[in-house]
Amino acid sequence: MINIIVCMKQVIDPEAPPSTFKIDPATGKAEMHGAPPVIDPYGEYAVEASLKVKDAVGGKLTAISLGKGLLREVVKKPLAMGADELILLEDDAFAGLDSWTTATALAAAIKKKGGYDLILCGREASDTNSGQTGPGIAEILGLPCVTLARKIDVKDRTARVERVTSVGYDVIEVPLPAVITVSNEIGEPRYPTIKGIMAAKKIEPLVWKPADIGITPSAGARSRTKKLFQPVYEGKCEFVENDNIEEAAIALAVKIREAKIL
Amino acid sequence: MAEHLGVAVYCEIKGGTLLPIAAEGLGIGRQLADALGQPLSALLVGSGIGGLAPQAIAAGADKVYVVDDPLLKEYLAETYVRALQKAVGEIKPAVLIMGQTDAGRELAPRLAFRLDTAATLDCIDLAIDPATKRLLQTKPVYGGNAQAVYTGDTDPQIVTIRTKAFSALAPDASRKGEVISIAAALDASAIKTKVLDHVVAEAGGIKIEDANVVVSGGRGIGGAEGFKQLEELARLLKGALGASRPPCDNGWVADTVQVGLTGKIIAPEVYIAVAISGSSQHMSGCSGSKTIIAINKDREANIFRHARFGVVGDWKKVLPAFTAKIRELVAS
Repeated sequence: MINIIVCMKQVIDPEAPPSTFKIDPATGKAEMHGAPPVIDPYGEYAVEASLKVKDAVGGKLTAISLGKGLLREVVKKPLAMGADELILLEDDAFAGLDSWTTATALAAAIKKKGGYDLILCGREASDTNSGQTGPGIAEILGLPCVTLARKIDVKDRTARVERVTSVGYDVIEVPLPAVITVSNEIGEPRYPTIKGIMAAKKIEPLVWKPADIGITPSAGARSRTKKLFQPVYEGKCEFVENDNIEEAAIALAVKIREAKIL
Repeated sequence: MAEHLGVAVYCEIKGGTLLPIAAEGLGIGRQLADALGQPLSALLVGSGIGGLAPQAIAAGADKVYVVDDPLLKEYLAETYVRALQKAVGEIKPAVLIMGQTDAGRELAPRLAFRLDTAATLDCIDLAIDPATKRLLQTKPVYGGNAQAVYTGDTDPQIVTIRTKAFSALAPDASRKGEVISIAAALDASAIKTKVLDHVVAEAGGIKIEDANVVVSGGRGIGGAEGFKQLEELARLLKGALGASRPPCDNGWVADTVQVGLTGKIIAPEVYIAVAISGSSQHMSGCSGSKTIIAINKDREANIFRHARFGVVGDWKKVLPAFTAKIRELVAS
């Protein structure tokens, strides 16, 4: 039986078509036009990894989410997937934090919760792509950290982690408690079951404000955003057209050969 | 922050040699150091690596700090972050540049939290703000849909740089520099994590990051069988096979060939994208390619905004005819 904490984030839908992505010139905030927010996919892989560990050794899984305007149908998804409780750090002051303050707030909440053995995060969030929350929490709490897990086996207060590398993977052994960040190679997140969805409806999240965890989010940021912009691509594609598609393919081959590209 | 001065580049070493990204870091580091009117130093960490210092000087460094310790023979995040914490604490640079590599992406944030400062990962542009002399750090966000420029007030300003986003200088063996050694002062008994094994996935042929031509497939390929046709074209062009994320997640191809934000960032001469829609997260991995050729059934697919040449149609019909014609043209 171990206590697992998983951190995950509500984000604008990264799978929505790029054409729906807009930056509001008035607020400088990004949005996916017409697409509702979702649980960050990388966080969902972390939930899946947590459930795999829970399935294998038994235990309790607590999900923590941080932000403002957290939609309950979104942030309750880990509960529907099999998590046991949900803590929301929800406040206007928790919007748009830098990596430093995000990790500080999550670490403070994890400390308040206490009794943890394993803390899991996604490898990065799909909005900021910062990749610092997990390592940051580990440093603040003084815990060992393994990043980019594709497999986690827990046995006798030790986790054996397969860490994704550019050529394959490393096998790393780490004593618990530890922080592990999870990569997509862990496998597709499970779908919530009907039973899980019903159970999730009955669980009321704990909502904590900055004062509850003893931090002031507006103070102490280490990094600020000077500018957020969309790069412009000219789109100069030359389409090779032909009613007969095989002929078009042949014409493409001839064209790029003539242009000495291949 | 007056006590922090100059630009330092953590020069990653693998298999006894400096990685190309070390020279790329020294290239941009030289520009930033000159803009500040301050020195550029290189930081080498490992075991038996002092002999590499002249290469770092030739690549632009004024000073080379060497942390050489038998405990650093093999990469382990825990020991390396301790060695870096000690060295960077002594060097006190205003800017620290690392590579966005397997190691850099975990060392940079851990080091930043230890040194009470900020890190920005995966930067594609770096410049000194002429007014404030602070570092402007540009990185892709929202999976490449947007870019953000970050800045901060704490030193060192730590960044990792994306592979091939910055140019190395031509090595100049006549450059002079100073070599300084720093003790790692590691305590073996305090190390908690342990590397049990390094597993290298089977990857025949040319490595994707070294290939001049990459033939890549997406979700639309539909299965492992389809990728054999892409492999055939890649072989014919002496190139490598790639894929977007769905084929890797579905196990149709090895995870190590994934191109994109969560996979490899590559910049080949020619990138042939077959049945790839061109999500921002995928384009993050291949937009540096010199020429992109796309085959996709959807004319509105995002890939065509990046492609130089395109055919709109079912890849199952286009690819065999294309491959046959290329074979004929290459033979003649």
